Amino acid sequence: MLNQLTYKTFGKNAILIEWPAVISEDVLQDIVAYKTKIERLLKLQDVIVGYNSLLLVYNFEIEKFQSKVAFLKELYFQKGIISTIRGIHWSVPVCYDPIFGIDLELVSERKNKSVKEIIRLHTEVVYKVYFIGFLPGFLYLGGLNSKIAIPRKETPRLRVPKGAVAIGGSQTGVYPTESSGGWNIIGNSPVSFFDIDKITPCFAKTGDKISFESISFEAYTSIKEQLENNTYQLKKIE
Amino acid sequence: MITVLNPGIYCTIQDLGRIGFAHIGVPISGAMDLHSASIGNQLLNNNKSAAVLEIPFGGCKLQFEIGLTICLTGADFNPTIDGELVALNSVFKVPKGAILSFGSKKYGVRTYLCVLGGFDTETVLKSRSYYKGITASSYLQKGDTLSVGFNEPIKQKSHAKIKVDAQHFSANKISVTKGPEFYLLSKEQQENLIIRVFTISNNNNRVGYQLEESLENNLKPILTSGVLPGTVQLTPSGKLIVLMRDCQVTGGYPRVLQLSDYAISKFGQKIAGDEVRFLLK
Repeated sequence: MLNQLTYKTFGKNAILIEWPAVISEDVLQDIVAYKTKIERLLKLQDVIVGYNSLLLVYNFEIEKFQSKVAFLKELYFQKGIISTIRGIHWSVPVCYDPIFGIDLELVSERKNKSVKEIIRLHTEVVYKVYFIGFLPGFLYLGGLNSKIAIPRKETPRLRVPKGAVAIGGSQTGVYPTESSGGWNIIGNSPVSFFDIDKITPCFAKTGDKISFESISFEAYTSIKEQLENNTYQLKKIE
Repeated sequence: MITVLNPGIYCTIQDLGRIGFAHIGVPISGAMDLHSASIGNQLLNNNKSAAVLEIPFGGCKLQFEIGLTICLTGADFNPTIDGELVALNSVFKVPKGAILSFGSKKYGVRTYLCVLGGFDTETVLKSRSYYKGITASSYLQKGDTLSVGFNEPIKQKSHAKIKVDAQHFSANKISVTKGPEFYLLSKEQQENLIIRVFTISNNNNRVGYQLEESLENNLKPILTSGVLPGTVQLTPSGKLIVLMRDCQVTGGYPRVLQLSDYAISKFGQKIAGDEVRFLLK
């Protein structure tokens, strides 16, 4: 599917490519395919993905904007094998024990659903990774069931622990590091979403898929131990 | 090696920044006034990427545990070595045991201590720039020791010095280009943005500078999209935020202007109460 794209200058070193302003998996697929084509041909400083955009950051001042855009447009319309690119589907363990899920009770009341039902609705979805932003390793996930969408807290918490799994509006996500935050916390994942000691500090990327798997407190501590001994391997779903 | 006797307020090791990791959500960081930091490295004949110490408000006191060749650039807070006033933007030797401290402000906000060979602190994701959650240290603390890179014998450049442009610190004109959402503003809003004088608010740090004055704003938020250091965002309340070196990689506010690279450095020497005007190029 081809979209009507716009190309804008963004400072002296960057070009912003925008899709129609909707959050959709079709747009995501198209962004991933285009990004892959671009990165195969151009050596850029960075490519920042948004819901409906690609920001191409060059490591030099762009002099001929129009000719760069013409080149990019041609690349967009080029047919290729890229359309078959499929992301990795990760199974991410989450402990929904009330020790971690400090807002589960509140979400349960507000949504008039049992805690068990909330966990079921949160774990049954295959989420799409749209992009990474906000914090190093913070994944913007699409696909939360609207039945458990709940507004952010009026006053954000100053300290949300690392690994907190939370719902904010129609979005869900995992806090990769301790930070302040206004989302409702329903669990905690023992896995590291951002590890500076790894060659790829964040295991996931734009276009990947994520499923949450409910685990016990015992399993949680066991995974934490395995992580410390470097023997833990995150599960992929084939 | 240098020992921190007094850590000051938010002193950080900085270099050119953590370039190429925005796709995993890592801010670029780097010296707020990269222009001044680069002058120091050039005078010392250092590599462009040599790490320097960024010192806001002349707020720290350091002891040299070994003799070092250094250069101070950026803001002038009357620096002294063992009580003797020293010149900025010139290379000189500091003897073992000497103490560097600062006095009252003459101009600017951030001073850079550049050392021959650069600081040799930990490198994470190809940069030494301090950033909470990325580097082990996020700002200087009392008792910290900073090691210095290979200190090669100094040759001809020992008395290198230059005169810096005072405009870098005093000029209120900030050169910008149109941001991606500039076109969504009405003619009147666009004119206001360019004509008006804006004042830097108390809410300013390495992440961003909020400006005091409000613009009328009827733009909707945008779908979260990439931002860069120097991006000027228009928030729902009508306040403008100028993103600085430690900014997030994405944002949801309309991006109305973009500062030039040099303008970001100039902005890094501004402080609450300073007035600025955007000069559209």
